[in-house]
Amino acid sequence: MWDILVSYCSDALLITGSFLSLTFAIGLLRFPDFYTRMHAAGVSDTLCAGLIVLGLVLQAGISLVTLKLLFILLFLWFTSPTASFALARAAHRAGYRVSEQEEVASSNS
Amino acid sequence: MINIILLGFLAVVAIAVAMMRDLFAIVMLFGIYSLLTAGIFVSLDAVDVAFTEAAVGAGISTILILSTLALTSREEKQPTHSFLLPLLVVLVTGATLVYGTLDMPAFSDPEAPVHQHVAPHYLNQAEQETGVPNIVTAVLASYRSYDTMGEVTVIFTAGIAVLLLLSAFRHHEDEASNLNDLSHHPVLRYIARLMIPFILLFALYVQFHGDYGPGGGFQAGVIFAAGFILYGLVVGIDKTRQMFSESKLHWLMASGLLLYIGVGIVSLLLGGEFLNYNVFAADPLKGQHWGIFLVELGVGITVTATMISVFLAFSEVRRSE
Repeated sequence: MWDILVSYCSDALLITGSFLSLTFAIGLLRFPDFYTRMHAAGVSDTLCAGLIVLGLVLQAGISLVTLKLLFILLFLWFTSPTASFALARAAHRAGYRVSEQEEVASSNS
Repeated sequence: MINIILLGFLAVVAIAVAMMRDLFAIVMLFGIYSLLTAGIFVSLDAVDVAFTEAAVGAGISTILILSTLALTSREEKQPTHSFLLPLLVVLVTGATLVYGTLDMPAFSDPEAPVHQHVAPHYLNQAEQETGVPNIVTAVLASYRSYDTMGEVTVIFTAGIAVLLLLSAFRHHEDEASNLNDLSHHPVLRYIARLMIPFILLFALYVQFHGDYGPGGGFQAGVIFAAGFILYGLVVGIDKTRQMFSESKLHWLMASGLLLYIGVGIVSLLLGGEFLNYNVFAADPLKGQHWGIFLVELGVGITVTATMISVFLAFSEVRRSE
C-alpha cells in the first residue's frame, strides 16, 4: 500500500515537473523581452528541477542516492536563483529595458 | 529511443553551430553539445567518460573559450571565399567515413575484435589484480598508465604552449584585471563564498573516491580549478593571483607530471617494470593501491594547476583594440 502511494506521488511530481518545464520552455520562446524570458527560465530552473529531483528521491527510496539527490536539490536552490539574479542584473547594467510592446500594453490598460 | 533523441539533438546543435555567426551563442551551443554527449555516455553506461565530458567539455572549456572570446570580436567574419570547395571536401570525407563504418562490426557485437583482445581480461581480472572496484580507474591508472602519462604530458605541454603564446600580451597592471571581476556584486559574492568550500570538497571526493565510483584525477582537477576560477571571477583576479603566484603554479604544473613519472621510476628502482605498482608493497594489491593513488594525485595536481594558470593568463591579457 505504502509503496503504491509513494510511486504515485513520485509519478505525479515527475509529470508535474516535466509539464511545467514544457510550459516554461514555451514561455521562454514566446515572451516578448529579456526580463519576462528570464522570469520563465529562472522559475523553471528552480521549481521544475526541484519537483523532478523530489520525484526521483521518492523513486530511490532511503539510500545514499537519496542523500546525493537532496544535495543536488540544495545546490540547485542556491545556484539557479543566484544565476538568474546575476543575469538579470547584468542585463540591467548593460542597458536592456522592458520592451516597447509591454509599455504599450500597460499604457492602454 | 533516448539515444535517438539525444543524437538528434546533437545533430541539430551541430548544424546550428555551423550556421551561426554569433560566436558567443556558438560557445553556449558547444556547452549544450558537450552536455548532450555526456547524456549519451550516461545512457551507454560510461559514467566516467560522461563525468569528464560534463566537467571538461561543458564546464571548463566553455569558461576558457569565453575568456578567449573576451579578447577578440564577438561576430565571426564573413568568409571571403565561396563555400563550394569546402562543402565538396566535407561531403567526400563524410562519405568515405560512412563507407568505412560499413566494414566495422555491428554495435555491441560481442564477437567484435575490441571485445576479444584485452578487454575480457580487464573486465574479469581487474578487481583481483588491482583491488580497485571501478574498472575504468583500474584500466586508466594501472593497466594503461603509459597512455595516461601521455595524456598528462599533453595537458602540461598544451598549458605551457598557451602560456607562452599569451606571455607576449600580458600586462600586470591592476586596472586591467579590475574591469572584469564581479566583486561589486554582493549577492553573487556571498553565494559563491558559500559554495566554493563545497566545490573544493566535492573535488577532493571525486579525486579520492575515483577507485570506487566514477571520478579520478582529471575530473577532480577540473572541478578544483573551477572552484578557484569562480573565486577569481567573484572575489577578484588579484586575490587569486595573491594566492597562487605564477611561479608556484608553474611549479605545481610540473610537479604533478613529475610525481607521475617519479612513481614509474621508483617502481623501476624497486625492481619492477616502469609503472608496475606491484613492487611498492609486500602485498601486490596494496602496492597497486598506492600506485593508483599517487598517479591520480599527479594527474589532479597537473590538471588543476594548468587550468588555473591558463585562466589567469587569459585574464591578464588586455583586449587589443
